Amino acid sequence: MGPLPQAASELPVLLPAARGWWPRIWRNKAVTVGGGLLLLMVLIALLAPWLSPHDPYAQDLTQRTVPPVWYEAGSWLHPMGTDPLGRDYLSRLFYGARISLLIGLSVALISGLIGTTMGMLAGYFGGKADLIVSFLVTVRLSMPVILVALATVALIGGSLWVVIMVLGLLKWDRFAVVMRSATQQVRSLDYVAAAQAAGASTKRVLLGEVLPNVLPHLIVVATLEAASAILLEAALSFLGLGVQPPLPSWGLMISEAKVYMFFSFWLIAIPGSALALLIFAINLTGDGLRDLLAPEGRA
Amino acid sequence: MHIYILKRLGLAVLVALAVSMIAFLLLRLSGDPAIAIAGEGATQADIVLVRQTYGFDRPLPVQYAEWLGRTLRGDLGESIYFKTPAAPLILSKLQTTMVLGLLALAFALLISVPLGVLAALYRNSWIDRFCLGLAVVGQALPNFFFALLLIMLFSISLRWLPVSGSDSWQHFIMPTVALGYYAAPAFMRLIRAGMIEVLDADYIRTARAKGLPASAVIFKHALRNAVVPVVALTAVQLGYLLGGSVVIETIFALDGLGYLAYQSITFKDFPVMQSIVLLLSVIYVVLTLASDVANAWLDPRIRVA
Repeated sequence: MGPLPQAASELPVLLPAARGWWPRIWRNKAVTVGGGLLLLMVLIALLAPWLSPHDPYAQDLTQRTVPPVWYEAGSWLHPMGTDPLGRDYLSRLFYGARISLLIGLSVALISGLIGTTMGMLAGYFGGKADLIVSFLVTVRLSMPVILVALATVALIGGSLWVVIMVLGLLKWDRFAVVMRSATQQVRSLDYVAAAQAAGASTKRVLLGEVLPNVLPHLIVVATLEAASAILLEAALSFLGLGVQPPLPSWGLMISEAKVYMFFSFWLIAIPGSALALLIFAINLTGDGLRDLLAPEGRA
Repeated sequence: MHIYILKRLGLAVLVALAVSMIAFLLLRLSGDPAIAIAGEGATQADIVLVRQTYGFDRPLPVQYAEWLGRTLRGDLGESIYFKTPAAPLILSKLQTTMVLGLLALAFALLISVPLGVLAALYRNSWIDRFCLGLAVVGQALPNFFFALLLIMLFSISLRWLPVSGSDSWQHFIMPTVALGYYAAPAFMRLIRAGMIEVLDADYIRTARAKGLPASAVIFKHALRNAVVPVVALTAVQLGYLLGGSVVIETIFALDGLGYLAYQSITFKDFPVMQSIVLLLSVIYVVLTLASDVANAWLDPRIRVA
């Protein structure tokens, strides 16, 4: 039951916000490479309407399953080919980045808000609040996310917003666990005691003193949870119980191309690689940030 | 020790109760389950009949208490799709999934233990960086995409392994790899971190100074102490693997609990769906309880917590 870190000492002590952050970020290859890739994909998502050579929803039945340009039958008209409905694959790929990033960001925001509130209350007040939050986290961890998400989406009906809400309401556990430990650690520090002695309200102490000092941990967890949410959405959509057609979710694109994979393998290889690359970029950034913000944590 | 176990057991029962409540309420999310069960094109009279047959017209707490009582007696209701009692149906599929879960776990440990030990022994060398890089890449690869890549390579190009089904041991190879590789990075990082910590400890220096051979120091003294946190992670990971079996078994049409879960979800087979959510959660609760007791036994300091 609770594999929650009992002692605050399980979290690395954060360095004080030292001078010269930029040189350290530049020297951290994980953050520069991962962050650079991620930035590129965010730009592609934002600029999708201008970058896409075609309308991602426009079907051209004379141009079905055209292979990408590096195949003999391919052409520059459709650099990544077209799907079996004759829709331009590159345009769908660009618009798909929007869905993945939207899912990652919204789920991290919703679950982050829930988990951080729970974790900070548990860590700050301890006692009963801590017991209740730890119990809720344990219950949540006992239920397999993918199964509960699949069942819930199937019952309510799949759509982008349903997937975001369901995942957001399910994925707060790691936020709660990490924020609880981080708050426990910060709570006993002098500046919190000073704020309390100065008569600051609990709300002010939590938001003004504790939150800014646990923020680095929050950012790291949010990064990794966003990646995990994107993977879950792709898996849900792949099983047909997530984002619905004709939206160009990468998981859905792989699902739609599954029957054609024997003859046109690139139909699943392209969205699959895009998904792997995005997760790789986010995880690399998250891991790098953790090393940067908490060097002792590297072991 | 006894008090510690009793406390943990009490907590486990409470968690299982909470999980059962959620599993029960989950199906009320869709609004009226009678409408869903009656299916499309059902008349108002059909719906009323379904509501009375299944007892949906009574207050929720009464329904829950009655459902819990039946569940505890092993009566999980009847499958709406398969028209057979749900309990024997689910139990007949459980073995396949447990075998798959354990094989995947064994596979994950088989790659992560040697890599974790190597990375720790040659810390900050190219071997270490290679292992950590492998972990980041592994975690970025979606398991359903990896499963399709395996099918493409081993079933279609090389024709070595069957695409789908569950008739022979060959049918388990690709599902095991596709499910297990995803758990490996977490194990590898933990073993690496544990080994690094242990290798710096005084008793390892003593063992080395005594002139023990390096292999004895690494395997008898260091690894044994580094695996303690791995026990706790094993229970957690096995729980994830059972959940992940929904995706992997569906891809390979492996006839286990995960595939049944997917079928019950797509066919809106509520009693089966509910029972599988409950069963997998209870298995997880039991696993973590077992790992807590095992950890307390391995490390007496935990017992007082």
